[in-house]
Amino acid sequence: MTTAVLLEWVIKSAIILFVLVTAVAYLTFLERKVMSWIQLRIGPNRVGPWGLLQPLADGVKMIFKEDIIPTEANRWLYVIAPAISLIPALMTFIVIPYGSVVHVPILDRDVALRVTSMNIGLLYIFALTSLGVYGLVLAGWASNNKYSLLGGLRSSAQMISYELAFGISIVSVLLYTGTLDLSVIVGQQSGRFGVLGWNFFKVPLFLVFIVYYIASLAECNRTPFDLPEAESELVAGYHTEYSSMKFVMFQMAEYINLITASSIAVTLFFGGYIGPKVNYYPWLGLVYFALKVLVLILLAMWIRFTLPRFRYDQLMRFGWKFLLPAAIVNVIITATVVLFWPPQHP
Amino acid sequence: MEKVLFIVLAVLAIGTALNVIFQRNPLYSALSLIGTLASLSALYLTLHAQFIAAIQIVVYAGAIMVLFLFVIMLLNVPKTQPVVEKHKALGFLAIPFAGAMIAEAFYVLKTLADKKITPAFAIDTTDRAVGTTWSVGYSLFTQYLLPFEVTSVLILMAVVGAMVLARREGD
Amino acid sequence: MIPLWWYLGLSSLLFTIGAVGVFIKRNAITIFLCIELMLNAVNLSLVAMSSYFGDIGGQLFVFIVMTVAAAEAAVGLAIIISIFRNRESLNVDEADTLRF
Repeated sequence: MTTAVLLEWVIKSAIILFVLVTAVAYLTFLERKVMSWIQLRIGPNRVGPWGLLQPLADGVKMIFKEDIIPTEANRWLYVIAPAISLIPALMTFIVIPYGSVVHVPILDRDVALRVTSMNIGLLYIFALTSLGVYGLVLAGWASNNKYSLLGGLRSSAQMISYELAFGISIVSVLLYTGTLDLSVIVGQQSGRFGVLGWNFFKVPLFLVFIVYYIASLAECNRTPFDLPEAESELVAGYHTEYSSMKFVMFQMAEYINLITASSIAVTLFFGGYIGPKVNYYPWLGLVYFALKVLVLILLAMWIRFTLPRFRYDQLMRFGWKFLLPAAIVNVIITATVVLFWPPQHP
Repeated sequence: MEKVLFIVLAVLAIGTALNVIFQRNPLYSALSLIGTLASLSALYLTLHAQFIAAIQIVVYAGAIMVLFLFVIMLLNVPKTQPVVEKHKALGFLAIPFAGAMIAEAFYVLKTLADKKITPAFAIDTTDRAVGTTWSVGYSLFTQYLLPFEVTSVLILMAVVGAMVLARREGD
Repeated sequence: MIPLWWYLGLSSLLFTIGAVGVFIKRNAITIFLCIELMLNAVNLSLVAMSSYFGDIGGQLFVFIVMTVAAAEAAVGLAIIISIFRNRESLNVDEADTLRF
């Protein structure tokens, strides 16, 4: 491991961090715009042209808010909880390939458009998503507030329940691809048939995607699964007591989780960065990847503003009695297909 | 380089493990045990056991410890309890016994210290070497299939048992 | 190259800490945490041996230990919950009658 490689990792990670934070800022804006379109309103349009500087104004507002720590709160855990929820969300991104190898003229060397490639990539992602729940639980407990505690307990129950369906749907993909390395999985989806080479269009994996997507919405605490923070019944759940930048960190973690879940979905099911002419112009991979992720995020927003929230018992019943069996049936179907018609990977 | 990494991780593991028993609040104990589990996972990575390292985080940190936190929060146990309670004599007896146990372990290990053992992962670096997902999966479903199946029955029993125990009368 | 006995030494230290914890603590949950710690200490020595001698058996054993630990946590915590319901205390010394 030379210094150059280490430096490359650091630079790439810094760029990803910057891009993700900017993307989060604009996703909040996009979310409000989409919401107002769906509800036949105009949405934010005062700050800058078409309201484009709204995220900046929001950021400034948030920074200057008073940072409140409740007297009875457990100070140490209260301060550290937002960081615990944000860090795993950010760490997931280092295994996702967002482009193939490009030649950078200034450095005069080939650079792979991913931070690193691991042979346990999928397991790594799964491990980190399972750590995300701690931030929520600890925030709920440390605030010393009944609504927060209820939110924290709900989130831990919800996350554990839906993680099963999430993990088992990933097992189906794993059965089909035969590798845990995300770069290899993307490589398998290129081929002569273009779009038809995507895993989404392979016979068993279409159903897997539906289970995966529902489970990932629940993992991200998006409506209709946003019970941990349900405004109308729990005030705001685990982040009731949080204000200023700590609140922003929770919001960021939530949006970054959404971006990550969409990116993994794109990588596993929609061919990652693969698209027309990407072999000739490798930089195009970034554009395709971003567009695909954006489409999935818009889908999540559409779902958010269309469906009402589940009741808690409905949520648990849906997770355990429908989604989990569906995921297991998917594994059986995939295994059967793989056994009788072994996939030919290019 | 490797040795420095090992020492850092080992100090972390021992520090957090000591914290588990010296904290009064069970919540802090549970949190520091998560630290121990994470540093053990990193140690598994230095041993090239990638699959076990990932499973360690998924199963222990991601599921078992969340369950512990859930129960600790649900029961809302009294916050302060003395480190050594009631059986003072037992507590003082524990220290010499611990010393004896460590001395014994290191006496045995001293015989090992002189031997030079080249680790298998330094020789076999293929992507099917011991510790990769492939090697674990292959052995699990061939040579060790029976234990695997028995474990699944055990888990089913545990699920039913937990339901029966935690259920309130009349539910 | 890290010598094998470093791993085994660390494992024995962690095991001892766990064992001491079981001796000196009286809170059922903390005792349970110490048992998990001891399981993990043994896991470390199993993985170390397995990796150094190139035999996958040790790692599979760890895999099965983990699943058993998960099952044990589910049942154990259920027992702790029902003890707490009946006695309003987690002190293991107070749960000394073999009936509710």
